[in-house]
Amino acid sequence: MSEMLRVKDLHVYYDAIHAIKGVSFDVQEGEIVTLIGANGAGKTTILQAISGLLKPKEGEIDFLGENLLALPAHTIVRRGVAQVPEGRRIFSQLTVQENLEMGAFSRKDTRNFSKDYEMIFEHLPRLKERRKQMAGTLSGGEQQMLAIGRALMSKPKMLLLDEPSMGLSPILVQEIFHIIENVNKTGMTVLLVEQNAKMALKIASRAYVLETGKIAMSGDAGELAKDPKVQEAYLGG
Amino acid sequence: MMKKKGKSYLINFALVAVLFVVLQVLISSGVINRYYNGILMLVGINVILAVSLNLATGFLGQLVLGHAGFMAVGAYTAALFTLNSSLPEGLALVVGMVLGGLVAAVFSAVIGIPALRLRGDYIAILTLGFGEIIRVLLNSLEFTGGAKGLNGIPAYTTFPSVFIVAALTVYIIYAFINSRHGRAVIAIREDEIAAESAGIHTTYYKMLAFILSAFFAGVAGALYANYIGVLAPAKFDFNYSVEILLMVVMGGMGSITGSIVAAVVLTFLPELLRGFSDYRMLIYSAILIAIMLFKPTGLLGQQEFSLAGLAKRGKRWFAKRKKGKEGA
Repeated sequence: MSEMLRVKDLHVYYDAIHAIKGVSFDVQEGEIVTLIGANGAGKTTILQAISGLLKPKEGEIDFLGENLLALPAHTIVRRGVAQVPEGRRIFSQLTVQENLEMGAFSRKDTRNFSKDYEMIFEHLPRLKERRKQMAGTLSGGEQQMLAIGRALMSKPKMLLLDEPSMGLSPILVQEIFHIIENVNKTGMTVLLVEQNAKMALKIASRAYVLETGKIAMSGDAGELAKDPKVQEAYLGG
Repeated sequence: MMKKKGKSYLINFALVAVLFVVLQVLISSGVINRYYNGILMLVGINVILAVSLNLATGFLGQLVLGHAGFMAVGAYTAALFTLNSSLPEGLALVVGMVLGGLVAAVFSAVIGIPALRLRGDYIAILTLGFGEIIRVLLNSLEFTGGAKGLNGIPAYTTFPSVFIVAALTVYIIYAFINSRHGRAVIAIREDEIAAESAGIHTTYYKMLAFILSAFFAGVAGALYANYIGVLAPAKFDFNYSVEILLMVVMGGMGSITGSIVAAVVLTFLPELLRGFSDYRMLIYSAILIAIMLFKPTGLLGQQEFSLAGLAKRGKRWFAKRKKGKEGA
Protein backbone atom coordinates (compact mmCIF):
# COMPACT_ATOMS: atom_id res chain seq x y z
CA MET A 1 0.00 0.00 0.00
CA SER A 2 1.35 3.37 -0.91
CA GLU A 3 0.23 6.78 0.19
CA MET A 4 -2.22 8.55 -2.08
CA LEU A 5 -3.37 11.60 -0.19
CA ARG A 6 -1.81 13.43 2.71
CA VAL A 7 -3.45 16.41 4.34
CA LYS A 8 -1.23 18.27 6.75
CA ASP A 9 -2.19 20.93 9.28
CA LEU A 10 -5.11 22.26 7.23
CA HIS A 11 -6.71 25.56 8.27
CA VAL A 12 -9.81 26.91 6.52
CA TYR A 13 -11.57 30.15 7.35
CA TYR A 14 -14.99 31.43 6.30
CA ASP A 15 -14.22 35.13 6.67
CA ALA A 16 -13.51 35.46 10.38
CA ILE A 17 -14.75 32.01 11.33
CA HIS A 18 -12.02 29.47 11.84
CA ALA A 19 -13.79 26.38 10.46
CA ILE A 20 -10.95 23.87 10.16
CA LYS A 21 -8.34 24.15 12.87
CA GLY A 22 -5.30 22.20 11.82
CA VAL A 23 -6.51 18.87 10.48
CA SER A 24 -4.07 16.19 9.35
CA PHE A 25 -4.85 12.79 7.90
CA ASP A 26 -3.83 10.45 5.13
CA VAL A 27 -5.42 8.01 2.68
CA GLN A 28 -3.57 4.96 1.37
CA GLU A 29 -4.12 3.48 -2.05
CA GLY A 30 -7.09 1.11 -2.27
CA GLU A 31 -8.57 2.09 1.11
CA ILE A 32 -11.94 3.39 2.13
CA VAL A 33 -11.27 6.11 4.67
CA THR A 34 -14.17 7.88 6.31
CA LEU A 35 -14.46 11.22 8.06
CA ILE A 36 -17.37 11.13 10.47
CA GLY A 37 -18.74 13.82 12.68
CA ALA A 38 -21.78 15.90 13.53
CA ASN A 39 -23.31 18.71 11.53
CA GLY A 40 -20.94 21.62 11.20
CA ALA A 41 -17.87 19.68 12.22
CA GLY A 42 -16.20 20.67 8.93
CA LYS A 43 -16.42 17.46 6.94
CA THR A 44 -17.69 19.01 3.72
CA THR A 45 -15.24 21.90 4.06
CA ILE A 46 -12.34 19.47 4.08
CA LEU A 47 -13.58 17.72 0.93
CA GLN A 48 -14.09 21.03 -0.84
CA ALA A 49 -10.59 22.07 0.07
CA ILE A 50 -9.23 18.86 -1.47
CA SER A 51 -11.25 19.23 -4.67
CA GLY A 52 -10.34 22.90 -5.02
CA LEU A 53 -13.79 24.40 -4.54
CA LEU A 54 -12.45 26.25 -1.49
CA LYS A 55 -9.02 27.70 -0.91
CA PRO A 56 -7.62 26.96 2.55
CA LYS A 57 -5.56 29.57 4.32
CA GLU A 58 -2.82 27.27 5.56
CA GLY A 59 -1.73 23.70 5.26
CA GLU A 60 -0.70 21.15 2.72
CA ILE A 61 -2.71 18.78 0.54
CA ASP A 62 -0.48 16.30 -1.25
CA PHE A 63 -1.94 13.98 -3.84
CA LEU A 64 0.53 11.45 -5.26
CA GLY A 65 3.35 13.80 -4.44
CA GLU A 66 1.78 16.91 -5.97
CA ASN A 67 0.51 19.89 -4.02
CA LEU A 68 -3.18 20.35 -4.87
CA LEU A 69 -3.44 23.75 -3.19
CA ALA A 70 -1.85 25.45 -6.16
CA LEU A 71 -4.33 23.98 -8.65
CA PRO A 72 -7.83 25.12 -9.70
CA ALA A 73 -10.77 22.71 -9.36
CA HIS A 74 -10.96 21.67 -13.01
CA THR A 75 -7.28 20.73 -13.06
CA ILE A 76 -7.61 18.71 -9.86
CA VAL A 77 -10.22 16.55 -11.61
CA ARG A 78 -7.70 15.93 -14.35
CA ARG A 79 -5.15 14.79 -11.78
CA GLY A 80 -7.53 12.01 -10.75
CA VAL A 81 -9.61 13.32 -7.84
CA ALA A 82 -13.35 13.20 -8.47
CA GLN A 83 -15.88 14.59 -6.05
CA VAL A 84 -19.49 13.50 -5.66
CA PRO A 85 -20.89 16.69 -4.17
CA GLU A 86 -23.24 16.84 -1.22
CA GLY A 87 -26.92 16.81 -2.14
CA ARG A 88 -26.19 15.04 -5.44
CA ARG A 89 -26.21 18.11 -7.71
CA ILE A 90 -26.88 16.37 -10.99
CA PHE A 91 -27.66 18.35 -14.16
CA SER A 92 -31.42 17.95 -14.03
CA GLN A 93 -32.20 19.27 -17.52
CA LEU A 94 -29.75 16.90 -19.18
CA THR A 95 -30.37 13.20 -19.77
CA VAL A 96 -28.71 10.47 -17.73
CA GLN A 97 -26.36 9.76 -20.62
CA GLU A 98 -25.46 13.43 -21.03
CA ASN A 99 -24.77 13.69 -17.31
CA LEU A 100 -22.31 10.84 -17.61
CA GLU A 101 -20.74 12.51 -20.63
CA MET A 102 -20.25 15.68 -18.61
CA GLY A 103 -18.40 13.60 -16.03
CA ALA A 104 -15.92 12.66 -18.73
CA PHE A 105 -15.46 16.29 -19.73
CA SER A 106 -11.84 16.39 -18.69
CA ARG A 107 -10.95 13.33 -20.76
CA LYS A 108 -9.65 13.31 -24.28
CA ASP A 109 -10.03 9.60 -25.08
CA THR A 110 -13.64 9.73 -26.31
CA ARG A 111 -13.16 6.35 -27.97
CA ASN A 112 -13.23 4.48 -24.67
CA PHE A 113 -16.48 6.03 -23.46
CA SER A 114 -18.79 3.21 -24.47
CA LYS A 115 -16.65 0.72 -22.58
CA ASP A 116 -16.80 2.92 -19.50
CA TYR A 117 -20.56 3.29 -19.76
CA GLU A 118 -20.81 -0.49 -19.63
CA MET A 119 -18.53 -0.56 -16.59
CA ILE A 120 -20.66 2.06 -14.85
CA PHE A 121 -23.94 0.39 -15.77
CA GLU A 122 -22.56 -2.82 -14.32
CA HIS A 123 -22.19 -1.05 -10.98
CA LEU A 124 -25.39 0.93 -11.42
CA PRO A 125 -27.80 -1.20 -13.46
CA ARG A 126 -30.74 1.04 -12.62
CA LEU A 127 -29.27 3.87 -14.68
CA LYS A 128 -29.06 1.73 -17.79
CA GLU A 129 -32.83 1.58 -18.25
CA ARG A 130 -33.01 5.31 -17.79
CA ARG A 131 -30.25 6.41 -20.13
CA LYS A 132 -32.40 8.72 -22.23
CA GLN A 133 -34.43 10.07 -19.32
CA MET A 134 -34.04 13.61 -17.95
CA ALA A 135 -31.92 13.34 -14.83
CA GLY A 136 -34.31 15.58 -12.91
CA THR A 137 -37.04 12.93 -13.17
CA LEU A 138 -34.97 10.29 -11.36
CA SER A 139 -35.69 9.32 -7.77
CA GLY A 140 -33.34 10.49 -5.04
CA GLY A 141 -31.48 7.20 -4.89
CA GLU A 142 -31.07 7.07 -8.65
CA GLN A 143 -29.81 10.64 -8.67
CA GLN A 144 -27.19 9.67 -6.09
CA MET A 145 -26.19 6.74 -8.27
CA LEU A 146 -25.94 9.05 -11.26
CA ALA A 147 -23.75 11.47 -9.30
CA ILE A 148 -21.43 8.56 -8.45
CA GLY A 149 -21.47 7.38 -12.07
CA ARG A 150 -20.67 10.87 -13.29
CA ALA A 151 -17.68 11.07 -10.99
CA LEU A 152 -16.47 7.64 -12.12
CA MET A 153 -16.62 8.75 -15.77
CA SER A 154 -13.64 11.03 -15.16
CA LYS A 155 -11.61 7.85 -14.49
CA PRO A 156 -10.42 9.06 -11.10
CA LYS A 157 -7.74 7.52 -8.94
CA MET A 158 -9.61 8.64 -5.84
CA LEU A 159 -13.30 9.21 -5.24
CA LEU A 160 -14.48 11.84 -2.75
CA LEU A 161 -18.01 11.13 -1.53
CA ASP A 162 -19.87 13.80 0.39
CA GLU A 163 -22.81 12.45 2.42
CA PRO A 164 -24.05 9.89 -0.10
CA SER A 165 -26.73 8.73 2.36
CA MET A 166 -28.33 12.16 2.68
CA GLY A 167 -32.09 12.12 2.31
CA LEU A 168 -32.33 8.47 1.32
CA SER A 169 -34.41 5.68 2.83
CA PRO A 170 -32.55 3.01 4.86
CA ILE A 171 -32.86 0.45 2.09
CA LEU A 172 -31.42 2.83 -0.48
CA VAL A 173 -28.63 3.80 1.91
CA GLN A 174 -27.69 0.13 2.10
CA GLU A 175 -27.77 -0.11 -1.69
CA ILE A 176 -25.59 2.98 -2.15
CA PHE A 177 -23.06 1.73 0.40
CA HIS A 178 -23.02 -1.62 -1.30
CA ILE A 179 -22.19 0.15 -4.57
CA ILE A 180 -19.40 2.09 -2.88
CA GLU A 181 -17.94 -1.16 -1.54
CA ASN A 182 -18.10 -2.74 -5.01
CA VAL A 183 -16.43 0.24 -6.64
CA ASN A 184 -13.72 0.05 -3.99
CA LYS A 185 -13.18 -3.63 -4.75
CA THR A 186 -12.23 -2.72 -8.31
CA GLY A 187 -9.28 -0.85 -6.81
CA MET A 188 -10.78 2.60 -6.33
CA THR A 189 -9.55 4.59 -3.36
CA VAL A 190 -12.44 6.24 -1.51
CA LEU A 191 -12.60 9.12 0.94
CA LEU A 192 -16.08 9.10 2.44
CA VAL A 193 -17.64 11.88 4.47
CA GLU A 194 -20.69 10.76 6.43
CA GLN A 195 -23.08 11.62 9.21
CA ASN A 196 -24.37 8.09 9.13
CA ALA A 197 -21.42 6.84 11.16
CA LYS A 198 -22.78 3.34 11.57
CA MET A 199 -22.85 2.60 7.86
CA ALA A 200 -19.63 4.44 7.17
CA LEU A 201 -17.68 2.54 9.85
CA LYS A 202 -19.03 -0.72 8.50
CA ILE A 203 -17.47 -0.37 5.05
CA ALA A 204 -14.40 1.75 5.87
CA SER A 205 -10.99 0.41 6.78
CA ARG A 206 -9.96 3.47 8.76
CA ALA A 207 -11.83 6.43 10.19
CA TYR A 208 -11.25 9.91 11.56
CA VAL A 209 -13.73 11.50 13.95
CA LEU A 210 -14.09 15.21 13.42
CA GLU A 211 -15.28 17.57 16.15
CA THR A 212 -15.67 21.31 15.50
CA GLY A 213 -12.84 21.56 13.04
CA LYS A 214 -10.37 19.22 14.77
CA ILE A 215 -9.74 15.51 14.63
CA ALA A 216 -10.84 14.07 17.96
CA MET A 217 -10.11 10.39 17.35
CA SER A 218 -8.76 8.20 14.61
CA GLY A 219 -7.97 4.60 13.94
CA ASP A 220 -9.22 1.30 12.61
CA ALA A 221 -12.89 1.62 11.65
CA GLY A 222 -13.92 -1.62 13.34
CA GLU A 223 -12.26 -0.61 16.62
CA LEU A 224 -13.72 2.89 16.55
CA ALA A 225 -17.17 1.37 16.10
CA LYS A 226 -16.67 -0.46 19.41
CA ASP A 227 -15.26 2.56 21.25
CA PRO A 228 -17.72 3.61 23.97
CA LYS A 229 -17.19 7.33 23.32
CA VAL A 230 -17.95 6.96 19.62
CA GLN A 231 -20.90 4.73 20.35
CA GLU A 232 -22.39 7.27 22.68
CA ALA A 233 -21.81 10.28 20.47
CA TYR A 234 -22.46 8.92 16.97
CA LEU A 235 -23.98 5.48 17.09
CA GLY A 236 -26.89 6.16 19.39
CA GLY A 237 -25.48 4.40 22.47
CA MET B 1 -25.81 9.58 -35.99
CA MET B 2 -23.39 11.92 -37.71
CA LYS B 3 -25.10 11.35 -41.04
CA LYS B 4 -28.51 12.19 -39.63
CA LYS B 5 -27.20 15.45 -38.24
CA GLY B 6 -25.63 16.33 -41.59
CA LYS B 7 -28.90 15.61 -43.36
CA SER B 8 -30.94 17.81 -41.08
CA TYR B 9 -28.38 20.61 -41.46
CA LEU B 10 -28.70 20.26 -45.23
CA ILE B 11 -32.50 20.42 -45.13
CA ASN B 12 -32.40 23.50 -42.91
CA PHE B 13 -29.86 25.14 -45.17
CA ALA B 14 -32.03 24.47 -48.22
CA LEU B 15 -35.09 25.91 -46.47
CA VAL B 16 -33.27 29.04 -45.42
CA ALA B 17 -32.00 29.46 -48.99
CA VAL B 18 -35.53 29.06 -50.38
CA LEU B 19 -36.87 31.60 -47.88
CA PHE B 20 -34.13 34.00 -48.92
CA VAL B 21 -34.85 33.61 -52.64
CA VAL B 22 -38.60 34.04 -52.13
CA LEU B 23 -38.15 37.19 -50.05
CA GLN B 24 -35.57 38.54 -52.48
CA VAL B 25 -37.88 37.97 -55.47
CA LEU B 26 -40.79 39.61 -53.63
CA ILE B 27 -38.59 42.61 -52.82
CA SER B 28 -37.19 43.09 -56.29
CA SER B 29 -40.62 42.64 -57.90
CA GLY B 30 -42.00 45.29 -55.60
CA VAL B 31 -44.55 43.09 -53.81
CA ILE B 32 -42.70 43.90 -50.59
CA ASN B 33 -42.40 47.66 -50.64
CA ARG B 34 -39.55 49.72 -49.23
CA TYR B 35 -41.31 50.19 -45.92
CA TYR B 36 -41.70 46.47 -45.33
CA ASN B 37 -38.22 45.84 -46.70
CA GLY B 38 -36.95 48.09 -43.93
CA ILE B 39 -38.95 46.20 -41.33
CA LEU B 40 -37.57 42.91 -42.63
CA MET B 41 -34.06 44.24 -42.05
CA LEU B 42 -35.00 45.24 -38.51
CA VAL B 43 -36.41 41.75 -38.01
CA GLY B 44 -33.06 40.29 -39.05
CA ILE B 45 -31.15 42.60 -36.71
CA ASN B 46 -33.46 41.75 -33.82
CA VAL B 47 -33.06 38.03 -34.56
CA ILE B 48 -29.29 38.44 -34.16
CA LEU B 49 -29.78 40.37 -30.91
CA ALA B 50 -32.29 37.92 -29.44
CA VAL B 51 -30.40 34.77 -30.37
CA SER B 52 -27.12 36.16 -29.06
CA LEU B 53 -28.72 37.29 -25.80
CA ASN B 54 -30.27 33.84 -25.46
CA LEU B 55 -26.77 32.40 -25.43
CA ALA B 56 -25.85 34.42 -22.34
CA THR B 57 -29.22 34.44 -20.59
CA GLY B 58 -30.95 31.26 -21.75
CA PHE B 59 -28.09 28.81 -22.10
CA LEU B 60 -25.49 30.20 -19.70
CA GLY B 61 -28.16 31.39 -17.28
CA GLN B 62 -26.65 34.82 -16.61
CA LEU B 63 -29.14 37.66 -16.65
CA VAL B 64 -27.76 40.34 -18.98
CA LEU B 65 -29.51 43.70 -18.70
CA GLY B 66 -27.31 45.72 -21.02
CA HIS B 67 -27.44 44.01 -24.39
CA ALA B 68 -28.37 47.32 -26.05
CA GLY B 69 -25.12 48.73 -24.63
CA PHE B 70 -23.04 46.15 -26.51
CA MET B 71 -25.11 46.87 -29.59
CA ALA B 72 -24.44 50.60 -29.18
CA VAL B 73 -20.69 50.00 -28.93
CA GLY B 74 -20.81 47.98 -32.15
CA ALA B 75 -23.05 50.50 -33.89
CA TYR B 76 -20.85 53.52 -33.08
CA THR B 77 -17.66 51.64 -33.93
CA ALA B 78 -19.01 50.60 -37.33
CA ALA B 79 -20.50 54.03 -37.99
CA LEU B 80 -17.23 55.82 -37.25
CA PHE B 81 -15.39 53.33 -39.41
CA THR B 82 -17.69 53.51 -42.43
CA LEU B 83 -17.87 57.31 -42.17
CA ASN B 84 -14.10 57.55 -42.42
CA SER B 85 -13.17 54.69 -44.70
CA SER B 86 -12.72 54.66 -48.44
CA LEU B 87 -13.16 50.92 -48.84
CA PRO B 88 -15.75 49.66 -51.34
CA GLU B 89 -19.29 49.35 -49.96
CA GLY B 90 -19.51 45.63 -49.24
CA LEU B 91 -16.04 45.33 -47.78
CA ALA B 92 -16.55 48.40 -45.60
CA LEU B 93 -19.69 46.84 -44.13
CA VAL B 94 -17.95 43.54 -43.41
CA VAL B 95 -14.97 45.24 -41.78
CA GLY B 96 -17.37 47.50 -39.85
CA MET B 97 -19.26 44.47 -38.53
CA VAL B 98 -16.11 42.64 -37.49
CA LEU B 99 -14.73 45.75 -35.79
CA GLY B 100 -18.07 46.47 -34.11
CA GLY B 101 -18.26 42.90 -32.86
CA LEU B 102 -14.67 42.89 -31.62
CA VAL B 103 -14.97 46.17 -29.73
CA ALA B 104 -18.19 44.95 -28.10
CA ALA B 105 -16.38 41.72 -27.21
CA VAL B 106 -13.55 43.67 -25.58
CA PHE B 107 -16.03 45.63 -23.46
CA SER B 108 -17.78 42.43 -22.42
CA ALA B 109 -14.43 40.90 -21.41
CA VAL B 110 -13.69 43.91 -19.21
CA ILE B 111 -17.04 43.51 -17.47
CA GLY B 112 -16.92 39.74 -17.42
CA ILE B 113 -13.49 39.25 -15.85
CA PRO B 114 -14.46 40.60 -12.43
CA ALA B 115 -18.09 39.41 -12.48
CA LEU B 116 -17.88 35.94 -13.97
CA ARG B 117 -15.07 34.70 -11.77
CA LEU B 118 -17.51 34.65 -8.89
CA ARG B 119 -20.43 32.32 -8.44
CA GLY B 120 -23.64 34.27 -8.51
CA ASP B 121 -25.66 36.87 -10.38
CA TYR B 122 -23.28 39.80 -10.35
CA ILE B 123 -23.41 40.14 -14.12
CA ALA B 124 -27.01 41.44 -14.04
CA ILE B 125 -26.06 44.49 -11.99
CA LEU B 126 -22.84 45.11 -13.88
CA THR B 127 -24.42 44.95 -17.33
CA LEU B 128 -27.26 47.16 -16.15
CA GLY B 129 -24.70 49.73 -15.07
CA PHE B 130 -22.67 49.25 -18.24
CA GLY B 131 -25.68 49.95 -20.49
CA GLU B 132 -26.34 53.23 -18.72
CA ILE B 133 -22.67 54.27 -18.63
CA ILE B 134 -22.33 53.68 -22.36
CA ARG B 135 -25.38 55.78 -23.08
CA VAL B 136 -24.12 58.62 -20.91
CA LEU B 137 -20.65 58.42 -22.43
CA LEU B 138 -22.03 58.51 -25.97
CA ASN B 139 -24.03 61.54 -24.94
CA SER B 140 -21.04 63.46 -23.61
CA LEU B 141 -18.13 62.41 -25.81
CA GLU B 142 -17.22 64.62 -28.71
CA PHE B 143 -16.23 62.08 -31.33
CA THR B 144 -19.55 60.25 -30.98
CA GLY B 145 -21.45 63.45 -31.74
CA GLY B 146 -22.90 63.94 -28.26
CA ALA B 147 -26.65 63.93 -27.86
CA LYS B 148 -27.14 64.72 -31.54
CA GLY B 149 -25.33 61.55 -32.45
CA LEU B 150 -23.85 60.66 -35.80
CA ASN B 151 -25.44 61.56 -39.12
CA GLY B 152 -24.98 60.54 -42.71
CA ILE B 153 -23.71 57.05 -42.00
CA PRO B 154 -23.53 55.35 -45.40
CA ALA B 155 -26.48 53.00 -45.97
CA TYR B 156 -24.47 49.91 -46.79
CA THR B 157 -26.78 47.45 -45.07
CA THR B 158 -29.00 45.63 -47.53
CA PHE B 159 -31.59 42.92 -47.06
CA PRO B 160 -29.27 40.15 -48.31
CA SER B 161 -26.49 41.23 -45.94
CA VAL B 162 -28.83 41.23 -42.93
CA PHE B 163 -30.33 37.90 -43.92
CA ILE B 164 -26.98 36.20 -44.43
CA VAL B 165 -25.48 37.54 -41.20
CA ALA B 166 -28.60 36.57 -39.22
CA ALA B 167 -28.55 33.05 -40.68
CA LEU B 168 -24.84 32.76 -39.97
CA THR B 169 -25.31 33.95 -36.39
CA VAL B 170 -28.06 31.41 -35.78
CA TYR B 171 -25.94 28.67 -37.29
CA ILE B 172 -22.83 29.54 -35.25
CA ILE B 173 -24.70 29.78 -31.96
CA TYR B 174 -26.66 26.61 -32.67
CA ALA B 175 -23.47 24.72 -33.53
CA PHE B 176 -21.78 26.11 -30.41
CA ILE B 177 -24.62 25.04 -28.12
CA ASN B 178 -24.64 21.53 -29.59
CA SER B 179 -20.91 21.09 -29.23
CA ARG B 180 -18.98 19.87 -26.21
CA HIS B 181 -18.43 23.53 -25.27
CA GLY B 182 -22.15 24.22 -25.40
CA ARG B 183 -22.82 21.24 -23.18
CA ALA B 184 -20.38 22.69 -20.66
CA VAL B 185 -22.20 26.04 -20.78
CA ILE B 186 -25.55 24.33 -20.11
CA ALA B 187 -24.02 22.30 -17.28
CA ILE B 188 -22.88 25.54 -15.64
CA ARG B 189 -26.44 26.87 -15.85
CA GLU B 190 -27.75 23.67 -14.31
CA ASP B 191 -25.34 23.61 -11.39
CA GLU B 192 -22.15 25.57 -11.25
CA ILE B 193 -20.56 23.66 -8.38
CA ALA B 194 -21.33 20.31 -9.98
CA ALA B 195 -19.91 21.57 -13.26
CA GLU B 196 -16.76 22.65 -11.51
CA SER B 197 -16.35 19.32 -9.78
CA ALA B 198 -16.93 17.55 -13.11
CA GLY B 199 -13.78 19.21 -14.36
CA ILE B 200 -15.28 22.10 -16.34
CA HIS B 201 -13.29 25.31 -16.27
CA THR B 202 -16.33 27.38 -15.31
CA THR B 203 -14.80 30.85 -15.55
CA TYR B 204 -13.48 30.12 -19.03
CA TYR B 205 -16.79 28.86 -20.37
CA LYS B 206 -18.77 31.66 -18.76
CA MET B 207 -16.45 34.19 -20.33
CA LEU B 208 -16.56 32.43 -23.69
CA ALA B 209 -20.37 32.42 -23.89
CA PHE B 210 -20.70 35.96 -22.57
CA ILE B 211 -18.10 37.39 -24.97
CA LEU B 212 -19.59 35.51 -27.93
CA SER B 213 -22.98 36.91 -27.02
CA ALA B 214 -21.65 40.48 -26.88
CA PHE B 215 -19.74 40.02 -30.13
CA PHE B 216 -22.93 39.28 -32.05
CA ALA B 217 -24.71 42.18 -30.36
CA GLY B 218 -21.92 44.38 -31.72
CA VAL B 219 -22.38 42.90 -35.20
CA ALA B 220 -26.11 43.62 -35.00
CA GLY B 221 -25.27 47.18 -33.97
CA ALA B 222 -23.03 47.58 -37.01
CA LEU B 223 -25.80 46.40 -39.33
CA TYR B 224 -28.23 48.73 -37.60
CA ALA B 225 -25.96 51.78 -37.92
CA ASN B 226 -25.49 51.25 -41.66
CA TYR B 227 -29.18 50.62 -42.11
CA ILE B 228 -30.67 53.54 -40.21
CA GLY B 229 -28.01 56.10 -41.16
CA VAL B 230 -28.38 58.14 -37.95
CA LEU B 231 -27.30 57.15 -34.48
CA ALA B 232 -28.43 58.83 -31.28
CA PRO B 233 -27.55 57.59 -27.79
CA ALA B 234 -31.19 57.73 -26.69
CA LYS B 235 -31.99 54.72 -28.89
CA PHE B 236 -29.81 52.41 -26.79
CA ASP B 237 -31.47 52.92 -23.45
CA PHE B 238 -32.50 50.43 -20.80
CA ASN B 239 -35.88 49.96 -22.48
CA TYR B 240 -34.23 48.59 -25.57
CA SER B 241 -32.22 46.08 -23.52
CA VAL B 242 -35.46 44.99 -21.91
CA GLU B 243 -37.12 44.69 -25.31
CA ILE B 244 -34.43 42.25 -26.44
CA LEU B 245 -34.67 40.38 -23.15
CA LEU B 246 -38.42 40.18 -23.69
CA MET B 247 -37.86 38.45 -27.03
CA VAL B 248 -35.70 35.85 -25.29
CA VAL B 249 -38.14 35.30 -22.43
CA MET B 250 -41.15 35.19 -24.72
CA GLY B 251 -39.52 32.77 -27.14
CA GLY B 252 -38.26 30.54 -24.37
CA MET B 253 -34.95 30.77 -22.54
CA GLY B 254 -32.80 28.11 -24.09
CA SER B 255 -34.66 27.85 -27.40
CA ILE B 256 -32.98 29.42 -30.42
CA THR B 257 -35.97 28.94 -32.68
CA GLY B 258 -38.13 30.46 -29.95
CA SER B 259 -35.98 33.58 -29.98
CA ILE B 260 -36.31 33.83 -33.76
CA VAL B 261 -40.09 33.53 -33.64
CA ALA B 262 -40.34 36.07 -30.83
CA ALA B 263 -38.01 38.50 -32.59
CA VAL B 264 -40.12 38.32 -35.74
CA VAL B 265 -43.39 38.75 -33.86
CA LEU B 266 -42.18 41.53 -31.58
CA THR B 267 -40.70 43.49 -34.47
CA PHE B 268 -43.83 43.30 -36.60
CA LEU B 269 -46.27 43.79 -33.75
CA PRO B 270 -45.42 47.43 -33.00
CA GLU B 271 -45.55 48.18 -36.72
CA LEU B 272 -49.00 46.66 -36.96
CA LEU B 273 -49.97 48.59 -33.84
CA ARG B 274 -48.66 51.89 -35.23
CA GLY B 275 -51.99 53.50 -34.44
CA PHE B 276 -51.56 52.78 -30.74
CA SER B 277 -47.83 53.26 -30.55
CA ASP B 278 -48.26 55.16 -27.28
CA TYR B 279 -49.53 51.99 -25.67
CA ARG B 280 -46.80 49.78 -27.06
CA MET B 281 -45.01 49.25 -23.77
CA LEU B 282 -48.37 48.65 -22.11
CA ILE B 283 -49.19 45.91 -24.60
CA TYR B 284 -45.70 44.50 -24.23
CA SER B 285 -46.03 44.20 -20.50
CA ALA B 286 -49.49 42.69 -20.85
CA ILE B 287 -48.05 40.06 -23.22
CA LEU B 288 -45.18 39.34 -20.87
CA ILE B 289 -47.49 38.91 -17.91
CA ALA B 290 -49.79 36.67 -19.94
CA ILE B 291 -46.90 34.45 -21.02
CA MET B 292 -45.53 34.23 -17.49
CA LEU B 293 -48.99 33.20 -16.30
CA PHE B 294 -49.87 30.68 -18.98
CA LYS B 295 -46.51 29.47 -20.24
CA PRO B 296 -43.77 30.43 -17.81
CA THR B 297 -41.06 28.73 -19.86
CA GLY B 298 -41.80 30.87 -22.94
CA LEU B 299 -43.45 29.91 -26.22
CA LEU B 300 -41.11 27.04 -27.02
CA GLY B 301 -39.64 26.40 -23.59
CA GLN B 302 -36.31 24.73 -24.18
CA GLN B 303 -37.47 22.90 -27.30
CA GLU B 304 -36.23 23.62 -30.77
CA PHE B 305 -38.60 23.60 -33.69
CA SER B 306 -37.24 21.42 -36.47
CA LEU B 307 -38.68 19.75 -39.53
CA ALA B 308 -37.08 16.46 -38.57
CA GLY B 309 -38.76 16.66 -35.17
CA LEU B 310 -42.06 17.55 -36.79
CA ALA B 311 -41.78 14.63 -39.20
CA LYS B 312 -41.05 12.29 -36.32
CA ARG B 313 -44.03 13.54 -34.40
CA GLY B 314 -46.24 13.30 -37.48
CA LYS B 315 -45.14 9.73 -38.10
CA ARG B 316 -45.87 8.78 -34.51
CA TRP B 317 -49.29 10.39 -34.73
CA PHE B 318 -50.15 8.52 -37.92
CA ALA B 319 -48.88 5.27 -36.48
CA LYS B 320 -51.08 5.76 -33.44
CA ARG B 321 -54.12 6.51 -35.59
CA LYS B 322 -53.50 3.47 -37.72
CA LYS B 323 -53.17 1.31 -34.66
CA GLY B 324 -56.40 2.75 -33.29
CA LYS B 325 -58.25 1.95 -36.51
CA GLU B 326 -56.92 -1.57 -36.67
CA GLY B 327 -58.00 -2.10 -33.10
CA ALA B 328 -61.54 -0.88 -33.83
